[in-house]
Amino acid sequence: MKQSKFAIVRTHKLTRDVWELVLAGDTSAVTAPGQFVNIALPGRFLRRPISVCNWTADELTLLVKEAGEGTRELVRMAPGTELDVLSGLGNGFDPSKAAGKNTVLVGGGIGIAPLVGLSIRMREQGQTPAVVLGYRSAEESFYQAVFAAWNMDLRIATEDGSIGARGFVTDVLRDFPEDVYVLACGPTPMLRAVHGLPNVTGGQFSFEARMACGFGACVGCSIPTAGGPRRVCKDGPVFQKEEIVW
Amino acid sequence: MVDLSVNLAGVTLKNPIIPASGAFGYGREFAEIYDLNILGSFSWKGTTAAPRSGNPQPRIAETPGGMLNAVGLQNPGMDAVIREEVPGIAKLFHGPVIANVGGFTLEEYAENCRKLEDVEQAAILEVNISCPNVHAGGKNFGCDPKAAAEVTRAVRTVTKKPVFMKLTPNVTDIAEIARACEAEGADGLCLINTLLGMRIDLNTRRPILANRTGGLSGPAVFPVAVRMVWDVYEAVKIPIIGCGGVDSAETAAEMMLAGAAAVEVGAANLIDPYACKTIIEDLPGVCKRLGVTKISELTGGAHHG
Repeated sequence: MKQSKFAIVRTHKLTRDVWELVLAGDTSAVTAPGQFVNIALPGRFLRRPISVCNWTADELTLLVKEAGEGTRELVRMAPGTELDVLSGLGNGFDPSKAAGKNTVLVGGGIGIAPLVGLSIRMREQGQTPAVVLGYRSAEESFYQAVFAAWNMDLRIATEDGSIGARGFVTDVLRDFPEDVYVLACGPTPMLRAVHGLPNVTGGQFSFEARMACGFGACVGCSIPTAGGPRRVCKDGPVFQKEEIVW
Repeated sequence: MVDLSVNLAGVTLKNPIIPASGAFGYGREFAEIYDLNILGSFSWKGTTAAPRSGNPQPRIAETPGGMLNAVGLQNPGMDAVIREEVPGIAKLFHGPVIANVGGFTLEEYAENCRKLEDVEQAAILEVNISCPNVHAGGKNFGCDPKAAAEVTRAVRTVTKKPVFMKLTPNVTDIAEIARACEAEGADGLCLINTLLGMRIDLNTRRPILANRTGGLSGPAVFPVAVRMVWDVYEAVKIPIIGCGGVDSAETAAEMMLAGAAAVEVGAANLIDPYACKTIIEDLPGVCKRLGVTKISELTGGAHHG
């Protein structure tokens, strides 16, 4: 974990309520895709935990969904605004565990964010996972073109069928053969449905929770697991399939 | 040179700053980012006899100037803490530790304190009486002077260590509870615990917290804590650890002027992991500004003259 200042480089509205933010600063604490940052906002007591979409040595890309007043203010901040950021939080995905497996990255809504940095690093390591992205509708979809440019087996599901298959990511995942290893991030009902698919035999699931500290001190975000209560912020946000209990 | 040391019922702390129970775990997370030995002490996570997994999610909600938590006393249980956490604490922190103890019956409080008798690091026992009494329909021990006195008596008889009762602010007259604890031999008091609160989600029209209610902490509670420390300082002679909304050397000094001998810092650690370090570094400057060479001279200073 590192506490440091990041400056907003640019913000870009992707859909009605999802924005792309690029921040400049010291990203040395970010070591794995799926980690998150916790951002202090003026006038708000708690920081806002945001998954890292992608990072370079001196820039972070975040996808932020306007979930309340804090995030609404964050995405509208002017370029140049300095933010107090705790970076390098959480364990992140471990793509080495997916090596040699029939791997599918599964993202739902804003949960697609960490799959970007994950795809980039897996491709660098010679892994070519399939990708399944779920959205409510074409209007609420984002970043499809980013994934489409990578020549991966990319499949889309929308609830209204306006692009890709009509339905949920699970409807698409069912078409995959036996023994799928998933790397999944999305709303809890999606994670639970993916976790329960008969052809999903292993994988890593990234959870979200309301947090206070984000670094393991308050245990406000603990969830039950097979090994007892674990903190989403410090022991997760990524948990192995075997650890998860519903 | 300002003397920052303070005395709590015979235990000397090198400075009055103590991370509060529940905001600091058993110290490990903060030891990754700074040397815990700068601290006066720290109060470990409230520990009960049996392991507890706590309340369902969500457990955290933001409020104006603070937060609600409904963690529900999640902890590994006293035996596991003594076996697995205490040896680690001994390596990370060489000063006196405050062992926060929870309980749901008088017997549990006594048993937990008895188990700590041989734990050298546990210099002070901080007894959290904001717990529901399972033998009194779940009414908090700390809301009734008689029940608070009974817990004090139960732990007083089983330990030679200084006992500090941690008081809940969710009462009509906190001074009455404080006097009841003092009369049964409490060596000190710690106040305040969190204030009971609720937030409701406009979209779902339901309480945000799965537990519905949670404890309010953060700067929002600071003036309430200062007032209660003031009231209790007028009512008892035993030392008070002031707790509630402190987030700077200035607010720590204000808490001491109200009557606190030492100061616990809770929620501030969660939003700024270096909060206690910064407060300790800033204390000498604040003392100079206030014209004291010994910080202990601030305690109760607002009551005189």
